[in-house]
Amino acid sequence: MNSFTVRSWALALSLIGLALTAYKAYELGLPLTPRQNTEVWTLQAQVSFEGTGAPAKLSLFIPENTPGFMLLDEDFISSRYGLTIAKDHDNRRADWAIRRAKGDQTLYYRISVARSNLKDDWKSKPDFPAAPDYPEPYASAIQAVIEDVREESADVESYTQELLKQLNSSEPNENVELIRDQASSPGLWANEIINVLKGVRIPARTIWGIDVTDAANDAQLRPLLQVHNGDNWLTFNPETGSKGIPTNLIVWKVGDRQITELEGGNDLAIKFSVTRTYAELIDVARQGAAARDSFFSGFSLLSLPVQNQNVYQLLLMLPLGALLVVFLRTLIGLQTFGTFMPILIAMAFRETQLFWGVIMFSMIVSIGLMIRFYLEKLMLLLIPRLASVLVIVVILMLLISLITNQLGIERLLSISLFPMVILAMTIERMSIIWEENGAREAILQGVGSLFVACLGYVVMTNENLMYLIFVFPELLLVVLGLCLWMGSYTGYRLVELVRFKDMQGKNIK
Amino acid sequence: MRFFSTPRELRQRGVLGMNQRNVDFIMRYNPRKLYPLVDNKLETKRVALENGIAVPELYGVVEIEHQIQDIESILADHRSLVIKPAHGSGGNGILVINGRMGNYFRKANGSLLAIKAIQHHASNILSGMYSLGGVPDKAILEYRVDFDPMFEHISYQGVPDIRIIVFKGIPTAAMIRLPTRDSDGKANLHQGAVGLGVHLTTGETTWAVHRNNIVDQHPDTGYKTTGIEIPHWDSILRLATQCADKVGLGYLGVDIVIDRKLGPLMLELNARPGLNIQLATGHGLLSNLLKIEAHPDLPTELDARLDFAKGLHQSEDTSVV
Repeated sequence: MNSFTVRSWALALSLIGLALTAYKAYELGLPLTPRQNTEVWTLQAQVSFEGTGAPAKLSLFIPENTPGFMLLDEDFISSRYGLTIAKDHDNRRADWAIRRAKGDQTLYYRISVARSNLKDDWKSKPDFPAAPDYPEPYASAIQAVIEDVREESADVESYTQELLKQLNSSEPNENVELIRDQASSPGLWANEIINVLKGVRIPARTIWGIDVTDAANDAQLRPLLQVHNGDNWLTFNPETGSKGIPTNLIVWKVGDRQITELEGGNDLAIKFSVTRTYAELIDVARQGAAARDSFFSGFSLLSLPVQNQNVYQLLLMLPLGALLVVFLRTLIGLQTFGTFMPILIAMAFRETQLFWGVIMFSMIVSIGLMIRFYLEKLMLLLIPRLASVLVIVVILMLLISLITNQLGIERLLSISLFPMVILAMTIERMSIIWEENGAREAILQGVGSLFVACLGYVVMTNENLMYLIFVFPELLLVVLGLCLWMGSYTGYRLVELVRFKDMQGKNIK
Repeated sequence: MRFFSTPRELRQRGVLGMNQRNVDFIMRYNPRKLYPLVDNKLETKRVALENGIAVPELYGVVEIEHQIQDIESILADHRSLVIKPAHGSGGNGILVINGRMGNYFRKANGSLLAIKAIQHHASNILSGMYSLGGVPDKAILEYRVDFDPMFEHISYQGVPDIRIIVFKGIPTAAMIRLPTRDSDGKANLHQGAVGLGVHLTTGETTWAVHRNNIVDQHPDTGYKTTGIEIPHWDSILRLATQCADKVGLGYLGVDIVIDRKLGPLMLELNARPGLNIQLATGHGLLSNLLKIEAHPDLPTELDARLDFAKGLHQSEDTSVV
């Protein structure tokens, strides 16, 4: 019963931890390994106009909802202009204003985006449009097309698809040709289709985006057609009829209002450019965390200030070290000085590197031990003796630092990060075990502790683990689950298989 | 022989592992609030005396640094005595004074100590050097057991003691721990003492282990260790069982010594008895523990329980052969 409860807890905690990790990895797109590179696209809109010396107001639609990409960074470069950002239905609009604009004026807007599996998020629900009064001869042509399409469709989606197929047919009939003649640009063509859809009272609109396949200095907005099926906006290419938002398109604005509008100036011009850079996925995730609306990203460690992040990066490795100790002690049966002492030593090794760390640890402990044996002869009280050992440990560390500084081995200067109190306690315990149980037992436990410290160092400095636990701290629940599980483990320890091996010998006799 | 056994082989032999001992027996049958009764040897002695259980006589207790001076006068009254920490574990911190030579006192191994060294030892005990967790402790001065002559040939210095495991009021396993030169007169197996299995039914010694090797003679004296009949065996079992009844711990290790004149004395109790007894007896503890645990109505009367225990071991023998 007891062990069943423990195991249920262990299982539940582990599953919750893994589920959260999976959600973040696959739904939010956080990478599972560090140092994965990803493309970051930077899009820049350059708006320029000629000021007249009068007050000027300039508005620019800017991306709000970019399915397939996440917004990493956003810049407005508009030195003397006042800037407000307004939500406008499914759009976002930057409004710049200045009291006096004279001569050439240039403003920039820049965003960085990276691929993600962000879904679209258009919330607006359109009304059903009124069927327009088409002028003849278009009225009969449109009517004929509408009738043709209706026979081959069942709902809004299939209707739109069939309509686009017929209107874009390579062998158009005369009705279609008549409609096509109206449109001279992709934007006008999309509007023409919307006009036809109004005849069957399907709400439709255009969205405009920029292709990011290569770096470009004069990228163009291109239109896509969207129809509303009562629940969602469905996107179609007005020229090919293919469904969905192309994977390389970054949606910039919704609707066919002018992308930029100006009050109080002349010669308004806009130019888009696209550049591509590569960045580490984790940095992208770090930047994206702030920009995202997800419940989890708000609680992410990536949203902490950087110096706090560094502290947590270290602290989060402690549970892994503890897990290692639990494993080595309950499943293997290794003996160490103090339960978590090897883990604290391992933390110190992070700074000194393994090789020098082991050498210095052995050096301090053996010299300290020798002095401790002499202190024993002086017959001191316990606490003053412990304090003396502590002072001696500090002096030893000081000496090592000074000597290695003279020798120019800079790495050894970080010895100051060794946990002094822990070292002093280790020396004390080791000397007692030496006296009570003999040198063999003391050295065995000392080497055991050092071995665990080395293993701890290997685990706690593993970059993949550091990354995983930092980006997915919910894995701590899995660590907790494993600790609980091992806490109720009643099987044999590995060393017991050796310790009790003679038991079977007697059986055979 | 192979270097290790498989877990399956150990389970077939009924070997109890450390993890299972902790989770299934100590945590389940030993309520934590009873631990002070056995962890504090003064408490153990008090409970024993209240219930008429024979223990070595208490000469004095050193509770504060100042009282260390009193050791000298106690030593004047008693030629030999034992100084040990009230909260010691694993036989650590025990000092045995055998006799006196002028101003010096003789340790069990024959070396001589000045009174100052003895007082320093007591001071170390007070500051918690030997206690669990290093908390301040008390030093106990008590009667040094003059062990039964039958042990003379099979022990080197130190005092051999008998360890009996009592589970739910039923004695389940027994061994004698013989100090050796190797163990510096201490009776701990991992310090090099010999573990000598005792047949629970007959009180006869079986085989012995020394540092994981099976032996049939004492490594220092060379005397044969098998087939020795332990005197007072029934009263030893009775004593161990009474101790378990009085302290109320379900899984208990009882350490008993046999004094030349006083007979069996309870030396100390252990709420976390080690697993080495399995090596000494050559029998896993688990099979009998499980049998006792699963038994629907264990006898309650003391003699019936001892008979039950002996019965368990009789059947164990037939199952082995």
